[in-house]
Parts: sequence; C-alpha cells; structure tokens
Amino acid sequence: METVRAVQPSRKSASSRGARIRADARRSLRKHWRFYLLIIPPVLFFILFKYVPMLNAVIAFKDYNIIKGVWGSPWAGFKHFRLFFDNPVFWVLIKNTLIISLYHLVVAFPIPILLAIGLNEVRSGFFRRTVQLVTYAPYFISTVVMVSIIMLLMSPRLGIINIAMQHLGMETVNFLGDPGIFRSVYVWSDVWQTTGYSAVIYLAALAGVDPALYEAARVDGASRMQKILHVDIPGLLPAAVIILILSVGNIMAIGFEKIYLLQNPLNTGTSEIIATYVYKIGLLNANFSFATAVGLFNSVINLILLVLVNALARRISNNSLW
Amino acid sequence: MQTSRTRIRIRESFGDRLFLTVVYILLTAVLLIVLYPLVYIFSSSLSSPAAVSSGRVWLLPIDFSLVGYKAVLNNAQVLTGYGNSLFYVIAGTLISVTLTVILAYPLSRRSFFGRNALMIFIVFTMLFSGGLIPMYLVVKQLGMIDTRWALLIPQAIWVWQVIITRTFFQVNIPDELVEASEMDGCSDLRFLWSIVVPLSKPIIAVLVLMYAVGQWNAYFDALIYLKSQALHPLQLVLRNILILNTATGNMEASEMVKRQQMADLMKYSLIVVASLPVLIIYPFVQRYFVQGMLIGSVKG
Repeated sequence: METVRAVQPSRKSASSRGARIRADARRSLRKHWRFYLLIIPPVLFFILFKYVPMLNAVIAFKDYNIIKGVWGSPWAGFKHFRLFFDNPVFWVLIKNTLIISLYHLVVAFPIPILLAIGLNEVRSGFFRRTVQLVTYAPYFISTVVMVSIIMLLMSPRLGIINIAMQHLGMETVNFLGDPGIFRSVYVWSDVWQTTGYSAVIYLAALAGVDPALYEAARVDGASRMQKILHVDIPGLLPAAVIILILSVGNIMAIGFEKIYLLQNPLNTGTSEIIATYVYKIGLLNANFSFATAVGLFNSVINLILLVLVNALARRISNNSLW
Repeated sequence: MQTSRTRIRIRESFGDRLFLTVVYILLTAVLLIVLYPLVYIFSSSLSSPAAVSSGRVWLLPIDFSLVGYKAVLNNAQVLTGYGNSLFYVIAGTLISVTLTVILAYPLSRRSFFGRNALMIFIVFTMLFSGGLIPMYLVVKQLGMIDTRWALLIPQAIWVWQVIITRTFFQVNIPDELVEASEMDGCSDLRFLWSIVVPLSKPIIAVLVLMYAVGQWNAYFDALIYLKSQALHPLQLVLRNILILNTATGNMEASEMVKRQQMADLMKYSLIVVASLPVLIIYPFVQRYFVQGMLIGSVKG
C-alpha cells in the first residue's frame, strides 16, 4: 500500500491525484453526509473555544480597548513583551515556575513507577487491591478540598503535623507562611494525591510484559532485583517515555489552581508563578494586553519544550508522540 | 506461611525473601500515609467542637457529635452550592458525553473523508492555547458571563476523552458490522444509535464518570465567569468558607471562641460532605476508571 502510493505520483500527473482525492471526498460526503452534519456542533466548539482564543491572543500585540474590541484596538508591537522582559518580576516568575516544575517532575515522575513495580511484586490479591484502592482515592478529591486539607493539617495552631512535632519536642513550623517550604508542600501533597492514579498506566504496561521473559529470567536464576532491572524496567520504558514527554511539555503549565489557592502574602516570594501572575494582572487588574503577552510567552515556551523533548525522545529511544 | 508457600514453588533465596519483605513494608507505609489524613479528617468531623479546637483528636472521634454536620446542612450557601453543583454535573455531563461521542465516532471510521485533518485540528489544541484572557474575552463576547452556560459549554469537550473514545470505537466496532448493517440499509445515525452506543457501554461509562467528576470538582471557571452567588457551585462556596475564611461580625469574647470552635469543626464536616459523594461511588466504579486509563494508553 505504502509503496504503491510512493510510486504512483511519479507516473501519474499531480492533477489526476487531486481529482482522485476530490472523488473520494465526494463519495464520502454523499455516503456520510449525516456524519458531516453531526460533527458541526463539536467542530464549532473547537473553533469558538480553542481557535478564536488563539486569534484573540493578538491583543498581546495591541493596546486592547474594550470599546474598540480585539480588532479595532491600535497596534502596539512588542511593547507588552518588552515591558514584561524589563520588569524585575520577570526573572522571579521564570525562576519560581521552573523550580516548582522541575522539582515536581523529578519527584512525581519516578514515584508512580516505583509504586507499580512494588505492587507488581506482591502476590496477595487482597493486599494489592487494598493498596491500589486507597492510593487511587485521593485523586478524586477536588483542588479546593485538597488545599483545605493541607491548610488544616499544616496549620501552626491546630494542625496535627505541628501538634505531633510539638510532642516530639520540635518547634512549630508555619508551613504555608514560609517561602522556603512552599515548594515542598506543593510537590509532596501532589505526590500524595496523584501517585496511585499515575501508577495505573505502569501497572498496565507491566501486565503486558511477555510472561516468557519472566520464565527465562527465572530459569537463568535471576533474583527479584535482577528481574526488575532487566525485565520490568525495559517493559515500562515506552510508557514512561511518553509520560515524561507529556510532563516536560507541561512544565510551564503547572497546577495553577492549586498554587493560587495555596498562596498567601507570606509565601508569594516563591509561589508566584507565571499563571497566577497572568490571572492577577489580567482579570483582577484588567490589564488584558499585558497579561495576554505574558500568557502567550508561556504557551510558546511550552510548545517549544514539547517539540524539543519529543525530537530528543525519538532519537534516543524510538518512542515519541508523533 | 509465606516461606512454606514459596518453598513449594521455586525456592527463593534469602536475598529475594528479604527484598519481598522490604517491598511489603514500604507498601504498607504508603498505604498508611495515604489513609491517615483521610481517617483524621473523617474522625475530626465527627468530634465535638471543643475536642477539635484543642487538638485532642488524632485517630478516632473524641466526644462523638454531629453538630458539625448539622451546621453544614443548615448553611443556606452550602445547600445552594450543592444544588447548583448537582445541576452542573448532570447537565454538563450530558452535553460533554454527547459531543464527545458524536465527534469521536466519525473520526473512527476509515471511510470518513478528512478524518486525519480533523484529528490534527483537534489535537493541536492540546499543544497550544490562546491563554486565559483571550478565552475570557470569547466567553464575554458570547454573553455567557454570569450565566450557567459559562460552566457547561466552554470546557465541554476534553481532547483526551475524544482520543480514547475514538480508539475504543476503532478497536471494538468491527468493519464487518458496519458493512453488514449497510447491506441491510441501516443509515449511519441509526447504526450509531442502535449498535455503536449499546456496544460501547464501557467507554460511555468512563466518559460519564470522568466528566462528572471534573464538573463536580471544578471551581476556577466559576470563579472567573460567575458573579451571582445564587449560581455558585459547591466548590466555590467551599473556597469562600474554607480558604478565605469569610465569617463572623462583632460579638462577645465567649461567643467568639464558640464561633471559632464551630468554624474549625465545620471545615472538617464540610470537607467530608463535599467529597463523600465521589468517594462513596468510587470503589464501585474504580474498575471503569482503570479501564478508561488503559483504553487511553492503547496507541491509536
């Protein structure tokens, strides 16, 4: 099939290929006209709520004025971008965003893999099911509730963590008031909430490993540790690479909702990230053009990272998104 | 027992048994770490205001009482929020699932011309977006600000769900079935409704669950698009009470202390009340969630 397609264009002229495609389209349209009607609402959704916002992002290059609208407002060139780059807050935001993301990536990427490998070793069905059921559950707690739980458990006055620390003779810590601890609170609470959920993919990958490989490992006298290193880990690799690419592609888009809710005036030194800044400047201060410029900068960096990591992964491991 | 059972099969070395023991210990530790905060919150919610405020609860409820729940259920804001959330969940899920299925099915049919272009058109929105403010402007231009539509429509379709649904259809609806029904003169819509949908219960269950949980837990859209309190979903009400701590006017000191204790307790009860519906249903539907993630991981 592939070879036929590759040979044909050289023999047949381009116009007859075009004609064939048009004929295909006509046939499909005649046969499936109901489908084409059916997809109008969802396609309209994508145009209205995904592509129109992309067009609206031109206000980053304009001085947006509510009365004149997106297209009527005067052009401003790169003014808002320059304002952002020259602003001392620029480096703080970049630094905070990157540090929290990388910290999150380094911790939250390997732990689900370890959990899956551990669960895979367990033979008792009941124990395994219980651990899975319980670790999976926090995933369903909403962000608002999750942040409330963090605040209650870590409160300096009543939080169980501080009470326990007092009993152990340690001093109370204001976890959410200390900019140095904020990142750890964010990252580790996220690990608590999502590890069980993330492990499912890896468990599936492990279940798909060819049993013959385990047989062979056993016959060769591999220990459990060696079996994990030489059978489990290679079996997990494809899934792990895809998830790693996706996480790197999201590195600038970390949990905005959670960070915004966890923020307070004491910890903004480390908790102010690009997304929270965009929200405050844009919607609370109504500085639409500037906030859009900041957000656009963020999206572009994200896209570049995703493309780079994908290319890198394809070269190194032959696994990639596209 | 452990050793005798393993000895019958292949004899495990000392190192392996030690390794397995360490795995069990670590997993038990993980289990306790995840479980403890949940148990603690639940126990606190069932204790008396004074016990909670003095920090005496650490595992089981102290001075068992239901006053926290009474206070929560008597709070008009909470009840309105609950009602609103229920509406958003039902209406939103209905809209989202319908749109996802009618988009994913044509995408799964090889004879549907333009499916690859359409797929790229959809997947691209996963990689790049206009951002918060441009999106806000669209919702505003459409006159959806401060209406219930703002929570139902702008986030209705998740690209990821379209991908897994399409993959499910491709794998589970054989071409022979399509051909046979075409021979019998069955139209595309009829086929979708009377054959595809009944055959796709697992994926539809997954979609319903994912979208419903998403709606139940969402708060940010409500925060930016809704002004009237009467429309606020539960999560936004929760944020006002739990995180922003909006409460209390002027009153006497003893009354203040009581109020403060009550407010502390109410937070725990509120957390339980807000999370319980999802957590109660979850063990029964867990396998669907797992199934959903697995379908999603099949390369399509």
